[in-house]
Amino acid sequence: MPQVAMTVNGKPARGEVEGRTLLSSFLRDNLGLTGTHVGCDTSQCGACVVHVDGKDVKACTMFALEAEGAQVDTIEGQAGADGSLNVIQQAFQDHHGLQCGFCTPGMVMTAAALLKETPKPSEAEIRDYLEGNICRCTGYHNIVKAILAASGQDAGAIAAE
Amino acid sequence: MYEFEFERPGSISDAVAALKTDEAQALGGGQTLIPTMKQRLANPAKLVSLTGIGEMQGVCVEDDGALTIGGATPHAVVAEKAAASYPALAALAGNIGDPAVRNRGTIGGSLANNDPSACYPAAALASGAVIVTNAREIPADDYFQGMFATALEEGEIITSVRFPVPRAANYQKFDQAASRFALVGVFVARFDDGVRVAVTGASEDGVFRWSEAEAALGSDFSAAALDGLALPADGMIGDLHGTPEYRAHLAAVLTRRAVQAAA
Amino acid sequence: MPKDSGIGASPKRREDVRFLTGTGNYTDDINLRGQAYVHFLRSDVAHGRINGVNTDAAEGMPGVVRIFTGADFEGVGGLPCGWQVTDRHGEVMQEPAHPVLAQGKVRHVGDPIAAVVAETYEQARDAAEAIEVDIEDLPAVIDMKAALKDGAPKVHDDLTSNLCYDWGFVEENREAVDEAIRNAAHVTTLELVNQRLVANPMEPRVAVGDYSRANDESTLYTTSQNPHVIRLLMGAFVLGIPEHKLRVVAPDVGGGFGSKIFHYAEEAFCTFAARQLNRPVKWTSSRSEAFLSDAQGRDHVTKIELALDGDNNFVALRTDTHANMGAYLSTFSTSVPTWLHGVLMAGNYKTPLIYVNVKAVFTNTVPVDAYRGAGRPEATFQLERVIDKAARELGVDPIALRRQNFITEFPYATPVAVEYDTGDYVATMDKLEEIADLSGFAARRAESEKRGKLRGLGVNCYIEACGIAPSALVGQLGARAGLYDAATVRVNATGSISVMVGAHSHGQGHETAFPQVVAEMLGIDESMVDIVHGDSSRIPFGMGTYGSRSLAVCGSAMVRATEKIINKSKKIAAHLMEASEADIELKDGQFTVAGTDKSVAWGDVTLAAYVPHNYPLEEIEPGLEETAFYDPANFTYPAGAYACEVEVDPETGKVTIERFAAADDFGNVVNPMIVDGQVHGGLAQGIGQALLEGCVYDADGQLLSASYMDYAMPRADDLPFYSVDHSCQTPCTHNPLGVKGCGEAGAIGSPPSVVNAVVDALQSGGHKVDHVDMPLTPSRVWAAMQG
Repeated sequence: MPQVAMTVNGKPARGEVEGRTLLSSFLRDNLGLTGTHVGCDTSQCGACVVHVDGKDVKACTMFALEAEGAQVDTIEGQAGADGSLNVIQQAFQDHHGLQCGFCTPGMVMTAAALLKETPKPSEAEIRDYLEGNICRCTGYHNIVKAILAASGQDAGAIAAE
Repeated sequence: MYEFEFERPGSISDAVAALKTDEAQALGGGQTLIPTMKQRLANPAKLVSLTGIGEMQGVCVEDDGALTIGGATPHAVVAEKAAASYPALAALAGNIGDPAVRNRGTIGGSLANNDPSACYPAAALASGAVIVTNAREIPADDYFQGMFATALEEGEIITSVRFPVPRAANYQKFDQAASRFALVGVFVARFDDGVRVAVTGASEDGVFRWSEAEAALGSDFSAAALDGLALPADGMIGDLHGTPEYRAHLAAVLTRRAVQAAA
Repeated sequence: MPKDSGIGASPKRREDVRFLTGTGNYTDDINLRGQAYVHFLRSDVAHGRINGVNTDAAEGMPGVVRIFTGADFEGVGGLPCGWQVTDRHGEVMQEPAHPVLAQGKVRHVGDPIAAVVAETYEQARDAAEAIEVDIEDLPAVIDMKAALKDGAPKVHDDLTSNLCYDWGFVEENREAVDEAIRNAAHVTTLELVNQRLVANPMEPRVAVGDYSRANDESTLYTTSQNPHVIRLLMGAFVLGIPEHKLRVVAPDVGGGFGSKIFHYAEEAFCTFAARQLNRPVKWTSSRSEAFLSDAQGRDHVTKIELALDGDNNFVALRTDTHANMGAYLSTFSTSVPTWLHGVLMAGNYKTPLIYVNVKAVFTNTVPVDAYRGAGRPEATFQLERVIDKAARELGVDPIALRRQNFITEFPYATPVAVEYDTGDYVATMDKLEEIADLSGFAARRAESEKRGKLRGLGVNCYIEACGIAPSALVGQLGARAGLYDAATVRVNATGSISVMVGAHSHGQGHETAFPQVVAEMLGIDESMVDIVHGDSSRIPFGMGTYGSRSLAVCGSAMVRATEKIINKSKKIAAHLMEASEADIELKDGQFTVAGTDKSVAWGDVTLAAYVPHNYPLEEIEPGLEETAFYDPANFTYPAGAYACEVEVDPETGKVTIERFAAADDFGNVVNPMIVDGQVHGGLAQGIGQALLEGCVYDADGQLLSASYMDYAMPRADDLPFYSVDHSCQTPCTHNPLGVKGCGEAGAIGSPPSVVNAVVDALQSGGHKVDHVDMPLTPSRVWAAMQG
């Protein structure tokens, strides 16, 4: 079987995979990084979003072998070494931006990509950027608020408008 | 999905050679092919990934003003790099799928697949683009041959796409609520020598040019010029998301809106 | 001032940390040493006779461990239905067998025919393709009314017809209702469809079966809302495993919305196969498989008639509903169109005469069961739509018509057999008018019209029955289970507490909210209290989480158990302080003797319970652990009023939700932040039903909306910020917390306001449209405008 090597959350990772092994499977099954979730098979739900070379991608719609040599960042690498939540994670907790938690890793990784590109997004920009992330629990209200807050904006005031 | 052999060549020539094997298939960004393979609806013996080929990446403006986009260029890159030179095309690319899909999906993959609801075919056809392959150059008018059908031969890959840049253009996409493909999308491109209008998402024959609208707009590039023009529902797609009558109607509405936005 | 702890406070959710850092433990994250994988070969036709299943070629495929077919389950029980409905003639419902793997016939696309267990998932799938199934296609019945026609193909050959039951409620009212409708000054009639939906929790279902031959013990890890119910149903009815040899674990579960209440074939299969093979067997559903194997929701076709007198008072209501059961009876399927639907038809109104008729029908489709709201959204939708239509026909204000007919005195016995204990529908409507800024609507409409858009306002009320349910009552109504719940409060020696609860949290935040209650009762810090749930080996018993019941039922059990703890600890404190038990007071974690300055701390008492050196051993046992079972005295009746403003693009028919406001009365509220979140999520599902979602089969029974490519899930850009309020609080009168439940309200209350708003918008544009069936897709709205 082919070998694949990449850097995951700053650490070298390698493993034997089949051609058909998806990046999401490699992370979950080979590396035990089960924070990356799989919620659909048509590349729509976004529970599997990770960053590959700094870009948000759906790990269930990319083969592990395509990530050869890449820098991969997953939800497990987001908190500080001491376990402290990063700004986005903290905002999700502060604003009740998650319920069952299944879509949450993808939401956080997508939000991180958005804020890198657009540090102070509008409500509409946030909703637009979340087009590929489905949440069934929150009705998105508090997710959008959390992302507004993570970007340093007054989420409460914007949501009340 | 079925198992296959995976190859990731670094050059077009290596890719072409790799695709000579039986049942070999090119893999662009995989955003359609991988879900298809998960359903076991595709069974390639070998997948040849085009994402590692540097010469198929990027967006550049040619001396004649045309825009050439490498076949393996992701939508997100087109959205960013074509924004100044061909804003309507960049806007189209920036509204395909979702952000994560745009970081993987490629223009070559989209055009090779020719999904009847995809956005890029409308841009290519309305712009009069040239599909450049490893073997030849194919004008858009000859390239699209019906739903999921193109002029590509077995093993032929789209290395780049050359877009003449119109004086004015606009793409109006009406989302299918579930897939976020185009329920109907209309690309209007106004050139010095005429107007081209391409409609995606609507027809059972895939992307098509609306010649009556082109003629009307050629003499008067205004929404009013389209008054009284309608597309027949016959031959339009009817499904859960819209009837043929609705799609025909929507195509006309979106054409007007595209003209207004471009004017 | 908002509180910062205890009941009424909104502490941050403690479960969030693991979910935000990717360290949750969902069922698919569980991998057991030596596990094999199962793939189910499912029927690709809706109806067919199985003439043979040849597994010879597949058996020899790489990695195959064993292939099971229906024959392997001939001596095994079928999946049970938990509720027996008696029809209007006093006959019990027709109840077909539901084998784990199909036997003799397949009855819907997705019906499992064979199960391949292999070393890897892909090997199992490869081998499944090599199974030769000889199926003789039979004509499928998809449409309910067609299914009831004489000579229609029968889904189950051994039943007399495709009619499961013909339920009338209240049957004794039938003639009086007919009479009142005949004599009414005005009758408004509406025919509508409450379309089939797919619950779609983001986590697909997973089951991992494990077996210890040494101890003859089975363990099932499963994505369930109620692990004890699964243990009961699977152990007692399907596999014949006694409870003490069967452990069911539902760890972190990624949403349920009803679809993870039910006992499914795949759970029974993995448990069974693990015993047969003496190794763990795992199944992970793909989303595509979920569309064919998760029980679906709604699917009612209804004609409703509302009769009014000359003063616009409601005088009678009559409904005629066909309810789709699908091909088999899922666990609680039969209760949904009856006891969760018919008994709510009074809504918030004092209509004196009501008759509900429901014909439950078998079709060659995926089974239908409870989905968020379950019966109550169907009741609310038809009632609130017909009231809106009546107001338009009579030329009266829809809000005024509702107000005129509100129930205003409580308790109120409805003509459909339930007694509302408390409520204040005037107050929630007043609150709605305020938070929705209804007085500003005309200006907003004018502004929309300037932009060429049609703007509409839709308002409705809702009531639901939650806190399911008094066991004696539901037993009379046909439930085959009790619907109490249980909690054990285990106080440790140092005073920290583990509360083992029968409720299951799959997004509801029990781990945060439940400790707020216990901590407040004891006057200790919330961080000293942990909640344990989801594992039948760790908690006494429980009926799980559905029907907005967790706090009202399980929370009440927890209160009762905590009261027992307080009583016992007061005895210990009295002994320690040499005082009379009657004089002991507990406040802020300190026990004091009334009228003295004597005190002992919570921790002193708990330590004494476990180190009973100075302890009243002759009176009480050492230790501090109490269990309570709580059986509710009545349902709870959350209610509210909702308002939706939409814009319709007259050229495309596209509807956008501009504003949405919800004023709910949930009684007392423990954690307002979590309650807001529950309402938000419910609203998104209700708006999703109104505008986007629809599960559609073609005439042959093929599912057309079989993935997210065609089943439109609501996304962030389909929805606005919502304005929600639950400050109107009439506490439930019969449970100790005064709580009513909030989980389903949003999904129940929102569809009619959306449709009412769209009809209002279309009429404002001069279109003679009085109804559009959901989902209100642009194509449908455009077609309605064309006439």
